Amino acid sequence: MPSLPLLRALCRIGDDRLILGHRTSEWCGHAPILEEDIALANIALDLIGQANFVLQYAGTVEGAGRTEDALAYFREAIEFRNALLCELPKGDFGVTIVRQFLHGVFSVLQWDALSRSADGTIAGIAAKALKESHYHVRHAGEWVIRLGDGTEESHRRAQAAVDALWPYTGELFVQSADEADLVAGGLTADVSLLEPAWQQQVRDVLARATLQAPEVPWMHGGGRDGRHTEHLGHLLAEMQIVARSHPGAQW
Amino acid sequence: MTHAFTRDQVLAWLDDVKDPEVPVLSVVELGVVRDATVAADGHVTVTVTPTYSGCPAMRHIEELICEALLLRGAPLVTVQTVFVPAWTTDWMPEAARAKLEAYGIAPPGRAEASDALVPLRRAGAGPRCPFCKSARTALRSEFGSTACKALWVCAACTQPFEQFKAI
Repeated sequence: MPSLPLLRALCRIGDDRLILGHRTSEWCGHAPILEEDIALANIALDLIGQANFVLQYAGTVEGAGRTEDALAYFREAIEFRNALLCELPKGDFGVTIVRQFLHGVFSVLQWDALSRSADGTIAGIAAKALKESHYHVRHAGEWVIRLGDGTEESHRRAQAAVDALWPYTGELFVQSADEADLVAGGLTADVSLLEPAWQQQVRDVLARATLQAPEVPWMHGGGRDGRHTEHLGHLLAEMQIVARSHPGAQW
Repeated sequence: MTHAFTRDQVLAWLDDVKDPEVPVLSVVELGVVRDATVAADGHVTVTVTPTYSGCPAMRHIEELICEALLLRGAPLVTVQTVFVPAWTTDWMPEAARAKLEAYGIAPPGRAEASDALVPLRRAGAGPRCPFCKSARTALRSEFGSTACKALWVCAACTQPFEQFKAI
């Protein structure tokens, strides 16, 4: 009997990495320096690899014969459950790095919690992803410090990035009510419990970077239930076009 | 038809299957191959674990494993992937580390959880240069030509080199 709540929960976890991985891969060939071109491509690869394992399991749990490719390439925007933060355009290098950092700290905390999941497959995927995510956060966090505590221009761009992205961070800690049984059973983690550690780690690095976290009166949301920004449709058009043009093709 | 191979024989044959990106290491030394079982009818099941979640070489490694065993007469080969225990470079034996260095890739240090999420400095010494053996090496990037390698530069001989990352 397929578990719809577990399928949804797995899509939330997998879609974050798939969409963020895609955005990160957009830098391939265009990064400001060669080492960053390589770093961002490697990070994107890790993220897409994590999404691959999670969505593969989601398809298994659903039991309707959908593979990870079917879920990635043949769902519509309204069926994706990533946080809005992940689908925003890559912006300049500052925006990319700040977004990588803000989501990355959440990711480390979430994977850490999921590595204790009562579901062995989720725990196994999470334990691996956690180790990779530590490298991602180190990379992004060290850049946040260099950019924030850097030149007048890098500081201005980094602060603009923090200001633009902060209103999308609240959504990361909104726990979906339809996962109540999964949380109670220890299968998934209650993301609202991750916020205090996230605030502390993020604010510590922002302070070292001489950057300010803005006060925002309202946080964006809706991605976890398929209500996305205007950006996701364009992203999916690019990401899905090859598969959709040749449905059923085998590599 | 009886088969002449045992689990130990299978693992010995798999020691000839090299990592496509680092051809001095076998998939057994790399810790990718976790186990092998041979059924009464000769059906071999090889259990592997992925290195990095997105490693693009994993599928090729699975094909190489199947090919190596089918060519030796296995009637059927299945490769199964497990996530637990999570792959770690700590499994790499000393002999494998020496082979890496001789090949020009600095071997991984111990995989240690660091206290800080974002340290600006790294605890402990970096790798010595695999070419001139100097300790005066500097980290250029924790991301190199493949998911598993980091980029360093030697201040003594000025050569860049890669290190197998500890994870």
